[in-house]
Amino acid sequence: MTSTIDKRPPRLADDGPRAERPRARRPFRLPRANYPGGLAALIWLGIVVVPLYVLIVSTIQTRQSYLENGPLSIPDEITFDAYRTVLEGDFPRYLLNTLVVTVACAAIAVTLAVTVAYSVVRTRSRLSRRVFQLFLLGLAIPSQAVIIPVYLIITELQLYDTLLAIILPTAAFSLPVGVLILVGTMRDIDEELYESMALDGASQVRMLLQLVVPVSRAGISTVAVFSALNAWNGFLFPLILTQSPETRVLTLGLYDFVGEFRTDIPSLLAAVVLSIVPIFTAYLFARRQLINGLMGVGGR
Amino acid sequence: MKPQTSKAPRAGRPGIAWAIPGVLFFAFFAAAPMGIVAYLSFTDWDGLSDPSWTGLDNWTRLWEDDGMRNAVWLSLLLTALTWLTQTPITLLLGVWAAGRQRNRAVLSAVFFLPLLASSVALALLWRTIFDPNFGLAADIADWFDLESADLLGSSRGAFAAILFVTGWQFIPFHMLIYQGGARQIPRSFYDAASIDGAGTVRQFFHITLPQLRNTIVTSTVLMVVGALTYFDTVLILTRGGPGDATEIVPYLMYDTGFAAFDLGYASAIACALVVVATTASLLLVRLTGFTRMRSTREGM
Repeated sequence: MTSTIDKRPPRLADDGPRAERPRARRPFRLPRANYPGGLAALIWLGIVVVPLYVLIVSTIQTRQSYLENGPLSIPDEITFDAYRTVLEGDFPRYLLNTLVVTVACAAIAVTLAVTVAYSVVRTRSRLSRRVFQLFLLGLAIPSQAVIIPVYLIITELQLYDTLLAIILPTAAFSLPVGVLILVGTMRDIDEELYESMALDGASQVRMLLQLVVPVSRAGISTVAVFSALNAWNGFLFPLILTQSPETRVLTLGLYDFVGEFRTDIPSLLAAVVLSIVPIFTAYLFARRQLINGLMGVGGR
Repeated sequence: MKPQTSKAPRAGRPGIAWAIPGVLFFAFFAAAPMGIVAYLSFTDWDGLSDPSWTGLDNWTRLWEDDGMRNAVWLSLLLTALTWLTQTPITLLLGVWAAGRQRNRAVLSAVFFLPLLASSVALALLWRTIFDPNFGLAADIADWFDLESADLLGSSRGAFAAILFVTGWQFIPFHMLIYQGGARQIPRSFYDAASIDGAGTVRQFFHITLPQLRNTIVTSTVLMVVGALTYFDTVLILTRGGPGDATEIVPYLMYDTGFAAFDLGYASAIACALVVVATTASLLLVRLTGFTRMRSTREGM
């Protein structure tokens, strides 16, 4: 035993009793046809698809046609004017702000979670357990609960109404899940790998960069996706900590469009669609990573 | 990790210092604010001048405040109803999705779509759908000959709308949790039950459900903490109204703190929220003998 916390594998995934054996993905089957489940799935399909249909159809017609024909009918004439209206407005700026915030949050969260997890897993210090507990407890802090002191801190730092005001707390709130995921992943690294690196006289930095990081790729990508999604969809921090159009991110921009577009529902919903498109594209290309990141479960 | 028996040189280990940047960062933006919000709850603060110490004033006011009583009642009601509606649905859908039906993958992918969007985007979509004049709600009221399509205009309707929209958004998430849990159940259990002549329904209640116990606890904790901290959806759909019909605790805190700028009192509400949320999840974990806490990021 190298460390006192080795016995408590932190797992985000609820994999039940078999979880202790990694990669034991054995084929399984539930018996026979599950008719009640199938029926429920069909009903749920309707509940999911109808609003999405309304969302899309509303955006490809003119405002007049939407108001006259209602949300269900397919418009006689398809037009992409709504999208043009949105893209010619402030939307691109909000998108750019969101991109900056998202990338910065993911970078900060990954860097700090990697160093913390590496230290927690490998150090001989007794404090490692305390550090780990800090982040475990941190999981339970809802962002609503600390928004007032965060507002105080951000104004004291004179960061109010800057992108950093969004980035810093958002990244901090992604850290606990990030640390938990990476501690889980890094714990599986074999001691012999470290020893063979040590034979080459590798420093700690080299071990981290050339052994730990490459081996923990899956976990790291999960943490990156998780923190990026948090940043992309985050609303409370931007709402409280920024104010001017220059620092407005997408979620806040959408909220503002309600007042700006008023009865121009096609444009409002086009903005909604456009805000989802980037994540949807990512979903098409990296489905597994995105689901893992969204669920905050260890990447394997 | 295993004891070192080889003759290879011992690999060096990182000190706890590696964890310091991450710990400090997290402590500064998430842990310390917990302390600050507790301090602020004993002060009177308008956000501009310095907070002034008022002792227990906020807390006695909190105890006697009818608005707070209403908010706590609504939050608890919303949480209970969230659990009661979402658990059966997600259990059914999750177990179904763990099976091997032909269209399962495609349907699951569709079900997953709402999870990709921010709660702001989804709340805006539903806001237009609920619009009593031009939304889908108007059509539905026509079909069923309802007197009023103004769902958000009535107390019960607005509350039900919050329950429905948050369910629509988060059911796929819990479905994925149950899907993962159901996949861990060994096939042999079902084979043995089949030999004994147990039908699908009996197998569900005697194998699937007991085996999913830990998953149910996990999902329940996430649902409870999530429902206690719903905010975005309320802000966009109802703003706590009509009257105070949907003024749940997080919204009351926001309204008190950032609309009325009574930040000292809002801090007391925030503290109460943390206490309730933490107690609820600890109680659930204790009562059910479940020791592994999971992420509580949902609903933020």
